[in-house]
Amino acid sequence: MNLRLAWRKSLNVVMLSLTGLCALLTVSALFFILGYLVWNGGKDLSWSFFTHLPAPVGETGGGMANAIVGTLKLLFLAALFGVPVGLLGGVYLAEFGGRTVPFLVRYTADLMNGVPSIVMGIFAYALLVVPLHHFSTLAGGMALGVMVIPTVLRNTESFLRDVPRSLREGSFALGANKWRMIATVVLPAASRGILTGVLLALARVAGETAPLLFTAFGNRYWSPGWMQPTSSLPVVIYTYATGPYEDWHQQAWAAGLVLLGLVLLTNILVRAFLTRGTAYERT
Amino acid sequence: MATTPNAATPTEFTVTPRSLLRRWTGADEIAHLITLIAAAMVLLIAALLVYQLWVHSAESRAKFGWNFFITTTWDPVAGDFGALPFIYGTLVTSAVALLIAVPLGVGAAIFLAELAPPKLSSSLTFVSDLLAAVPSVIYGLLGVFLLVPLMRISIQPALKKSLGFLPLFKGPAFGVGFLTAGIVLAIMIVPFVLSVSREVLLAVPRDQREAALALGATKWESTWKVVVPAARIGIFGSVFLALARALGETMAVTMVIGNNPRIAASLFTPGYSIAAVLANEFSEATGNLYLSALIELGLVLFLLTFVLNGLARLLILITTARGSGVLPS
Repeated sequence: MNLRLAWRKSLNVVMLSLTGLCALLTVSALFFILGYLVWNGGKDLSWSFFTHLPAPVGETGGGMANAIVGTLKLLFLAALFGVPVGLLGGVYLAEFGGRTVPFLVRYTADLMNGVPSIVMGIFAYALLVVPLHHFSTLAGGMALGVMVIPTVLRNTESFLRDVPRSLREGSFALGANKWRMIATVVLPAASRGILTGVLLALARVAGETAPLLFTAFGNRYWSPGWMQPTSSLPVVIYTYATGPYEDWHQQAWAAGLVLLGLVLLTNILVRAFLTRGTAYERT
Repeated sequence: MATTPNAATPTEFTVTPRSLLRRWTGADEIAHLITLIAAAMVLLIAALLVYQLWVHSAESRAKFGWNFFITTTWDPVAGDFGALPFIYGTLVTSAVALLIAVPLGVGAAIFLAELAPPKLSSSLTFVSDLLAAVPSVIYGLLGVFLLVPLMRISIQPALKKSLGFLPLFKGPAFGVGFLTAGIVLAIMIVPFVLSVSREVLLAVPRDQREAALALGATKWESTWKVVVPAARIGIFGSVFLALARALGETMAVTMVIGNNPRIAASLFTPGYSIAAVLANEFSEATGNLYLSALIELGLVLFLLTFVLNGLARLLILITTARGSGVLPS
């Protein structure tokens, strides 16, 4: 009797500590990754890394200015394609939708969110690279833009739904039309949450490599305009890490640190300062 | 569509364009239409995606038919394409990843949902969310320069020594291979298992726990025999969600799997996955048949993840709806 109780009690302690260990292991992975990147990439970060073009193959030194600008251009296009559709679609789901269409759109958006990013690359390739016959910034931005839509859409919807009913009624009572009520009362009330979703979605696609491999491709020089192939940080990291030169490996670490820093910083700042509550759905 | 209360007073007749716009309920219709178009774009893009994958893989589908899935040759020069090694690699690496990630993720979720004080729980969840945000190429970077040498020099020889009698752990230790790719994938999908499992565990009504404790169960017994079974379906949902992620994960896998289209029982063998072959060969594919075979692989990947995600969402919906329907905790 007492033996059985002792067994149950010790099982209790052992299993509960094991779950704690699981949590500790998972969480420490992030700190390990961050620490390892700082350790390996930190010493190669210099001013020229941000201002110079890559050195010719075989020479050491050089920087990744073109990749950094390329990533920013791609993100700009992604926002241009993805945010309006996601935002307005979210408004439709929260404010206008009936029954069937919103259900369909919501479900499709959730499924699109799970489509592998490389498949999105194929999509943009078939849509923009094949007809135009060359890789371009435009195709890369489009691939990323499509990936932004589901997150922005679902997030906008859930934050709009959180806006209290009394605000809407107050606006109606003052004689506003529905669109006016949405534009001047509901959207501003939900703006912080919506901005959070947009920034997190952009932070997510900023690190995407796979959809850029055969859309934006890569470029060792500046990419003028929007119709030329462009370099981007994630693709450069991939190319340099799998390349044969020691100097490339070092630069890959430095670029990795920059990319990870960018993504984590955006996430931390956005989550710390913009989110209140848990309406943002991370899937 | 709700009718709009109109505030115009009948005595006032001066009409400026501004006041006209304000009163014009037609503006509501336009706003409705514009947002509807945006929402419909989502459906359109999804339809277009399926259409593009289907049309551009036509040549390969016509030539190889179902044989595409059961043959193992991948010879771009001869124009002979079979997808089996890639499908095998994708499934094996994902299975390894799940074997590691599910116990780890569910265990951590139990700790966060049942044991940790709310403040600790939410800050640990925050860290896990950040982990999910780490770009996959970063995992690849660490995989190539840290995990691969580690596997080759110490882990694989150790496994061979202790478990070498199993066909899973035979053959030379290259460092790259199914096992390494599976481990990297596992680290990447743990946050997904964790966050969804935690949510479904939290959705289990509090009185279930209290009833178990009142009957004399230990904390662990109430968790393992009452709470976890109640959240079972949702946890399965999180596993499917993580599996869909693992199947489609590209960069990290490409960098550590070895890129060698082979089917072998040993997890030490360098292999290949669907996503990895797309990443490596797509931009260099010459000839329509080659490209269409690759796009058919993309179609396979798409369908796999589509079905899994659909299933996962359904399961999660069932548990959270049922759980919170009784008593929100």
